[in-house]
Amino acid sequence: MKSSSHLRYKQQQFGFSLLTIMTFLTIIPIAGVVIYILVLGTPAISWEFIFGFPRGGMREGGIWPAIVGTFYLTLGTAAFAVPIGIGAAIYLSEYAPDNKATRLIRIAIINLAGIPSVVYGLFGLGLFVLFLQFGTSILAGSLTLSIMTLPVIISTTEEALKSVPQAFRTVSISVGATKWQTIRKIILPQALPGILTGVILGLERAAGETAPILFTVAAFFLPRLPSSPLDATMALPYHLFVISTQVPGMPIKIQYGTALVLLVFVLSMNIIATTIRSRARARRQW
Amino acid sequence: MNKISIQNFSLQYSDGTESLRNISLEIPANQITVLFGPAGGGKSSLLRVLNRLNDLADVTHQEGKVLLDGEDILSLKTDVIALRRKVGMVFARPVVLPFSIRENLTYGLEVAGEKDSDRINGSVENSLQQAALWDEVKDRLDDPAIALSGGQQQRLCLARVLALEPEVILLDEPTSGLDPISTGKVEESLQGLKQDYTIILVPHSVQQAARTADLAAFLLQGELVEVASGDTMFTNPRDQRTQDYVQGRFG
Amino acid sequence: MDKNITRHESLITFFIKSTGYSAIVFVGMIFIFLLLEGLPAIQKVNLATLFSSRWYPIEDYFGLLPLIGGSLIITLGAILIAVPFGIGSAVYLSEIAPRWVRDLMKPFIEILGGLPSVVLGFLGMLILSPFLRKLLELPTGLTALTGSILLGGIAIPTVVSVAEDALDAVPKSFRDASLAIGATEWQTIWRVTLPAARSGVLTAIMLGVGRAIGETMTVMMVTGNAPILPKGINDLFSPVRTMTATIAAEMGEVASGSVHYHVLFLIGIVLFLISLIVNITASAVVFRQKKRQERILS
Repeated sequence: MKSSSHLRYKQQQFGFSLLTIMTFLTIIPIAGVVIYILVLGTPAISWEFIFGFPRGGMREGGIWPAIVGTFYLTLGTAAFAVPIGIGAAIYLSEYAPDNKATRLIRIAIINLAGIPSVVYGLFGLGLFVLFLQFGTSILAGSLTLSIMTLPVIISTTEEALKSVPQAFRTVSISVGATKWQTIRKIILPQALPGILTGVILGLERAAGETAPILFTVAAFFLPRLPSSPLDATMALPYHLFVISTQVPGMPIKIQYGTALVLLVFVLSMNIIATTIRSRARARRQW
Repeated sequence: MNKISIQNFSLQYSDGTESLRNISLEIPANQITVLFGPAGGGKSSLLRVLNRLNDLADVTHQEGKVLLDGEDILSLKTDVIALRRKVGMVFARPVVLPFSIRENLTYGLEVAGEKDSDRINGSVENSLQQAALWDEVKDRLDDPAIALSGGQQQRLCLARVLALEPEVILLDEPTSGLDPISTGKVEESLQGLKQDYTIILVPHSVQQAARTADLAAFLLQGELVEVASGDTMFTNPRDQRTQDYVQGRFG
Repeated sequence: MDKNITRHESLITFFIKSTGYSAIVFVGMIFIFLLLEGLPAIQKVNLATLFSSRWYPIEDYFGLLPLIGGSLIITLGAILIAVPFGIGSAVYLSEIAPRWVRDLMKPFIEILGGLPSVVLGFLGMLILSPFLRKLLELPTGLTALTGSILLGGIAIPTVVSVAEDALDAVPKSFRDASLAIGATEWQTIWRVTLPAARSGVLTAIMLGVGRAIGETMTVMMVTGNAPILPKGINDLFSPVRTMTATIAAEMGEVASGSVHYHVLFLIGIVLFLISLIVNITASAVVFRQKKRQERILS
């Protein structure tokens, strides 16, 4: 009896150690990626690199047009995805009856989340670029990215709305508020941090994606800033892809510098989102 | 004429959990009417019919009439929003809205479109006075309401209803989570309020029913068993089932 | 009630209701557009060609098998990595790690989910692939294996995150009951907690599969892009090409309306259908609802 429990204890010790090691094997490469790019990318960062235009077949100069392009694309994505996504989440959380149509909406959202990003690219090319004749443009790219972003925004926003206690709704209705007054004055303000977190996480994904913009927006080399939503533009992720695979003799420093800027762009969104979420949880009154 | 007249009213939820069968009840103005009985008897459902809060629930079937001042509130033509302002409700758990004390009181007026700030401020003090909370909170009206104690929160919920100057106040086990002292305070303010309002209370115990009722109605499994004045009901009920319940043999 | 809400409110309600159905509209539109542009390929290219194992569009060889095979072998490799590491990490974080370690590590792992795939592809090209080439003495480091390792890394955050939620949702009373009859924590994990969370864990794996099979940029950058039909596990060490990478690499250069263009959309249909099957399977599980109910007061 004693030896059996000893054996079981040994087995547990071994199992726990194994899982701990596995977890660290998962974590360390993540940290490694970030640190590696930080270390190798930092020397490339300079005023000229950030705010300059690419020169000499992109082997010199800066990446400003790509930064601006990604910024515009993120804004454009937000302009479409935020109102539609939050509207859809409000519908699902506050209005949708429990019926087949609603279940169909949920299945559609899950599928939208699972469609490969390159398929979004195909769709954007077919619908926005060719059929609606927006051409390869910020408009076409933003629309494509915003459909891709929708499921993230919808599901996180719905979660945030549903976590607002049901009792607030009942009380608000019982003192004569309409449904929309209840949503606007109580539910949305209470769910705001959760909604913001979801929106930023969605936009983060849009900012870092390459495949959907390959055929809808991205310019290989365009050393000027876009002047209208119908212009094509360079974008950071695509630029990194181009300079690391398509341009022979590309200085490695510029490649790491570009990777660093993209990483900082995306990770800072992630950190902002996580901070908003944890702060709001700490302050929450219910 | 009575304030509220419930005539042959029946109701069924879609999941069949709790229902009301053929209820007829006259509720007089300026009295405390108590709806009591064991859990699941339909007391809360009946209460929620009176301000149409049941609209939010999954009601499959509803028939009969409920008249407020002679008008059928179940009619399609009823202005439900106006009805809810006229018929206020206090819930079992004190639910303060995630605002300041003051905003909890002004919320109802604000969504009603009231702009007159004198009237709003007046109603804040007035309603807190009536709910016997004014002295405790008058110096910290802009603090978050969640910081109040449970008893204070429940009186704030009462004040929130009073701020709308309703005609009828529904209370659904308003003291179930409170200590005896806070309970006493709430019961006391109810006695004071009945001069101006029609009060319908679902008590959290038979004792509370006996203490507060001017008129008492005993509900058992969706049926209205007996209606009598408070004095008669708890000393000399007619129906055997009422007697058993009042004397604590079940429930 | 409807009569009394203001015009303003009914407008807003109308907007909200229409956005509610947007997801269905978009999925429908995507599918219709893929069909419109992809189905002509079946008319223009005969089925025997499509099911051949030669992909060489310049000479009108449109065999899809090497591309499907490439996607499958890389996904398989990725899953072999992501499942043990993903589930292992989830068990560690949910059942073994102290609370503060979990609170620190979970967001950290989720950050990897946010790393742009092009950055991982970039590092894969510069670091992982030369490393594997030397280690395994291969002619090239741009192989299916390189892709699998990176895709495994990309799928892990999804697997960890969903599986950890599922484990976390198992009621504490289950564990207590098992420990009370003398099981060790280790036995409790394998015999009680994991089986209780199995539907959620399966969802995690399915979503991981979906993530891996749809990934584009990373595989395009590190797998060598040779459209050769993999025939066995040994082909993990050779270059392959996936469906996603093919679309990404070639769509930019085809004339719209050409046969090649339509075939690329046909590949899009295949990818769409695969993700549809994977996600519907994954979503058949509703384990998260319980957790949500507990969170709502009243």
